[in-house]
Amino acid sequence: MQDKRCGGFGGPWALAWQAVSFPLSGGVMQASLAPSTASGPGVRLGASALACRRGDRLLFSGLSLALRPGEALRVAGANGIGKSSLIRILAGLAAPYAGTVEREGAIGLIDERLALDPALPLGQALAFWARLDGVEEDALSANLAALGLDELTDVPVRYLSTGQKKRAGLARLLGQRAAIWLLDEPLNGLDTAACAVVEALAAQHCAGGGICLIASHQPFALAGMAVLDLAEFAA
Amino acid sequence: MSHPLLAILRRDLSLMLRGGRQGGVVLPVLFFLAVAMLFPFAVGPDPRLLARAGGGVIWVAALLAAILPLDRLIEPDMQLGCFDQWALRGISEEAVVMVRVVAHWLSFAPALMLAALPAGALLGLDGGTLRLVELGLAAGTPGLAALGVTVAAVTAGLKGGTALAGLLVIPLAVPVLIFGAGSLAAGGESGIALAAAASLVLVALAPFAGGAAVRAGR
Repeated sequence: MQDKRCGGFGGPWALAWQAVSFPLSGGVMQASLAPSTASGPGVRLGASALACRRGDRLLFSGLSLALRPGEALRVAGANGIGKSSLIRILAGLAAPYAGTVEREGAIGLIDERLALDPALPLGQALAFWARLDGVEEDALSANLAALGLDELTDVPVRYLSTGQKKRAGLARLLGQRAAIWLLDEPLNGLDTAACAVVEALAAQHCAGGGICLIASHQPFALAGMAVLDLAEFAA
Repeated sequence: MSHPLLAILRRDLSLMLRGGRQGGVVLPVLFFLAVAMLFPFAVGPDPRLLARAGGGVIWVAALLAAILPLDRLIEPDMQLGCFDQWALRGISEEAVVMVRVVAHWLSFAPALMLAALPAGALLGLDGGTLRLVELGLAAGTPGLAALGVTVAAVTAGLKGGTALAGLLVIPLAVPVLIFGAGSLAAGGESGIALAAAASLVLVALAPFAGGAAVRAGR
């Protein structure tokens, strides 16, 4: 399920077809069922000669990477160097200024935006994504327990602390069962114990044949993880 | 497991109807009734004048009530990153916008058509006129909902987007209003058919225009 949208919108007809075909082809259905079997040998994430421009500024150029199942990469660099932009380009949510992205496997993204309704209790907000991802109720509770959120299901999302929100986002990611994890500053706001949990989850994900790409300015303990310094590609 | 789009519709409806985001169904309906009640105070209690202008007043009130929740239709989900997460799951922006049109329509139109009954009584409309108003609203409100969602998508993320959205919707709603309210003056149902046609065009365009706007605003 290679995503054709990574290099732009593919013209108005592709766009129109995409919109028209969803109820017929069951493409939506497939996307939500795919993650359970997404980790596997076909999974990969690659980019070649990527460049990213924001406004008038070229952030980086000539960036290439290739990740195979079980591999992890930390993108390092100072604030504003383009870590988050790189993640959005790799996810297909932004078009690169130059270069191509190739990915096979579902993408799971964690960034500073939670996608959880602030007014809803945490349990209900996560249950919506669980329904979309086809997660059973016990699997959702297991994920919540793994992240230490099981006591907080009745608390509205807006009352959660920064770290608790981060963990809620991770619970959504776990339910998605995506093969490729793109984590933007996953440790921000987490205490040491929670950091260890996240590192363990990432290790488990890679051990299961998944791919992890982590943008972080702080160290992330994960065995066998490569580090890519964005400063080397800064334009 | 339910279909993802049904799950999204359920979420949209629960957020809109319960008032989590829009003040629920009650607010637009109260607003609608308030406009209908204020009108006789403004133009005087002459029954003939009220009966003649009443249908048009109901239409304008319906348009205003449909505009009320515009700023909360698309923007919160863009801010929250929901559209990103949907896109990653292969659910296109067009599909989400289409679902949102349905949810927006369900959240204001049926209640509004019910409220048009007491409003018609307040304005002294006779049975035939009220029937035309109700038919016209049934034909025209889907177009108003589609237009509202499209404009909400276009103005999401803009500074002062709310005021701009209202300004943009009003001229674009003119075809629906002309045919819908115009059917009252002409006293025929052909106007309603034309209102329905304008409505259908708006409904058909909304997912594409709205979806493209959401992607461009990302």
